[in-house]
Amino acid sequence: MSLEGAVAVHRFGLGARPGEIDRAGRNPRNWLLTQLDIAADQPVPLDGGSFRTGGELVVEMLQYQREQAMARRSGTGGDPVKAFFKTRVKLFTDELAARYALGFSTDRPFAERLVWFWSNHFVVSAQNPRATTLVGAFEREAIRPNITGKFEDMALAAICHPAMLLYLDNAQSVGPNSIAGTRFGKGRNENLGRELMELYTLGVDGGYTQADVIAMANILTGWSLNPAGQNNGFAFYENRHEPGDVTLRGRTYPPTLEGGIQSIRDLANDPATARHIATKLAVHFIADDPPAESVARLEKTFIQTRGDLRALAQTIVEDPAAWQSGNKMRTPVEYVTAGYRLLGLPRGDNTDKQVQGALAAARLMGQTPLAPPAPKGWPDTADAWSGPDAVLTRIEWAKRVGQSMPAGFDSGAIAESGLGPLLTPATRTVMARAASQSDALAFLISSPEFQRR
Amino acid sequence: MTTRRSILKSMTAAGALSLWDAPFRYAFASVPTERRFVMVILRGALDGLAAVPPHGDKDYASVRGQLAISNSHDIDGFFGLHPALTNVKAMVDAKEAAVFHNICSPYRDRSHFDGQNVLETGGAGPHILQDGWLNRALVPMGLADGTHALAVAQTPPLLLSGRAQATSWMPASLPAPDEDFLERLRGLYANDPHLLGALNSAIDMQRAAANAMDDPSVKPGMGGAGYGNLAPLFQGAGKLLAAADGPRVAVLDAGGWDTHFNEGAGEGQLSRRLQALDAALDALKTSLGPAWSKTAVVMATEFGRTAHPNGSGGTDHGTGGAAFLLGGAVKGGAVHAEWTGLSPSALQDGRDQPPRTDLRALFKGVLAEHMGVSSGALQSAVFPDSGSVAPLRQLIRA
Repeated sequence: MSLEGAVAVHRFGLGARPGEIDRAGRNPRNWLLTQLDIAADQPVPLDGGSFRTGGELVVEMLQYQREQAMARRSGTGGDPVKAFFKTRVKLFTDELAARYALGFSTDRPFAERLVWFWSNHFVVSAQNPRATTLVGAFEREAIRPNITGKFEDMALAAICHPAMLLYLDNAQSVGPNSIAGTRFGKGRNENLGRELMELYTLGVDGGYTQADVIAMANILTGWSLNPAGQNNGFAFYENRHEPGDVTLRGRTYPPTLEGGIQSIRDLANDPATARHIATKLAVHFIADDPPAESVARLEKTFIQTRGDLRALAQTIVEDPAAWQSGNKMRTPVEYVTAGYRLLGLPRGDNTDKQVQGALAAARLMGQTPLAPPAPKGWPDTADAWSGPDAVLTRIEWAKRVGQSMPAGFDSGAIAESGLGPLLTPATRTVMARAASQSDALAFLISSPEFQRR
Repeated sequence: MTTRRSILKSMTAAGALSLWDAPFRYAFASVPTERRFVMVILRGALDGLAAVPPHGDKDYASVRGQLAISNSHDIDGFFGLHPALTNVKAMVDAKEAAVFHNICSPYRDRSHFDGQNVLETGGAGPHILQDGWLNRALVPMGLADGTHALAVAQTPPLLLSGRAQATSWMPASLPAPDEDFLERLRGLYANDPHLLGALNSAIDMQRAAANAMDDPSVKPGMGGAGYGNLAPLFQGAGKLLAAADGPRVAVLDAGGWDTHFNEGAGEGQLSRRLQALDAALDALKTSLGPAWSKTAVVMATEFGRTAHPNGSGGTDHGTGGAAFLLGGAVKGGAVHAEWTGLSPSALQDGRDQPPRTDLRALFKGVLAEHMGVSSGALQSAVFPDSGSVAPLRQLIRA
């Protein structure tokens, strides 16, 4: 079994499915890059139905709000958004189950890891009740089609998606001097304008001022929802848009949708953005504190290709530093995913329940899937995930997984197939001396080499 | 200040050992102080003008517009507390809570993440220091042995991370593995100091929690930052802190303050969150029992919010805001603020509450008066680059 095959599967993939290290080992780099030749897979609802588009969800949501408003006027309704969230919570749990069922079983785990990476960059968190029902559509529509495209196109798709406009409060942002602003006394909301620059493009040290935040917020005034669902739920309202040219970081944009789109494209291709994205990719794929030359190489690729995400993925795969295995601690979601892939789960009936069980475990370890507490997304370094309680919870989960295996399994064979050359002598020894097969499996899943990738 | 610890030290130095000295010394070795310090991080930027409305300010109602609160609990005829903060009000009345206004860390931009970095590292700007100020204070407090500083979290936040050891605890919900299994796992982690340290610390804390939590009123369950009920976490922390050999320093996280949208005034989103926090503080007080009288709790946020409402019935990121000091050890009862009003010229950049007091002055004052940290340690180790920031005085009852 080849060491590089194992690294490809663990570092770049999502952990080894049975036989996967052998398949990857024949030509590890090729195995990774051919996964990017077609668009990312789309998750399929576990109950066999189909998911709604962002536009359909906007129509439903607004419809529901109108009904609730009428009910409230007649004295029977509650908070409409909250009620909507409650009645539609299944939409989200179905999306969640389908997304992770795909992650647990996909044979294109590198493509899927990139989807997860970018969804944790352009964050829409299900923790925000206005966005919860749209989180799945956001990833399916704004992220998955773009993982091998241009960064600027992904950025635009993300910013214009109704999920993002709701999540960062832009749907209600009105230019104070626009027609709607002067007539109804409505105003601007800075949230999306700020996070677009701080988190999604330039980075916090990327060179912008509070005046730029206000300029960006002005540019985004009137970017809101399409109640008819056309244009996938996005609409630009000129009567809510702040009038007059806007100067953002020295460039002037006309007060039109096209002007706004151009400003986002410019931000997306800024050298500060290249640096920011290069650093995040290197931290994700190489080390918590990646070598400067690895970051520089990615930065160069970003600038030369104007943010071609496939070229960036290739640059990482070709970087020898990315093949030093074992220095990235798995996040809780990555950890339970690797555990399920190791054991070929979910299996048999009640797939949905098995998937939900893994996600509940990740929550106990500190990570609520697709619901980070802030638009910065989940942290990507070991210190965030290796506190005493988090580590003990991982061990408790490993123990429970071991106990829940059907009798007659061979933990030694699982270890060889799942980690291969990454398995350490210490883990082999403690497994060999374990009191039971289930304890041996629990040691394997708790082992330092399995906690890392 | 002469502490029992320093008396003991001088006795030992004088060779004054006697039969009773051994157990006496043992007790001191494991419990260096009776005092408890709790830090609550309000992540997301709490709206200080909502939590502590200056209802007597002539511009308050007009500046706040739809967010103006008409039914606050009055404190001094000028400042009040949000109507949801009934337990905090009772603490103010009992002179067990002090409130600070126009206060802020030295951070002047408006990024949550950099703001929290400054709040937690205690640096003059973001990413200047790599570890948390409370971690750096553990050595001068004599609490750096890994069992006396507790984060109620799966993983300690930056505030408590660094070279000194700390532990973390959350209510358990998966069955704990048996001791033999954990012992073997320690062997497997022998070459991995990171995982080994985390495992050892967790085992110790679970044992302590199992002893402290035989009270069925403590309900395990989810309660991470940003999620509903904070009370079980605060109650659990109180029980651990109350134990004779338990932690003396604790950090709690309470998120959910980033109210860009539909913030509400006397009722609404922010009100519900403040109510949850208020109930959690009461749970902390109750579960501490007699130890409440030896406790000081600081609640601080990364920055305040805009004075005026934004276009969505909320507020955007600002600068100055409010902070709280609560506990039976606190000399409370008043609002402390260098108040300059809410007129456009008084506001920072014409929009935010001005930062008139540095949060580090509050932190330094509490560490000095309550936890006995020397001014030398405060200046050199805990808050380097804070020379011009004098500690606030008269915070703690003698």
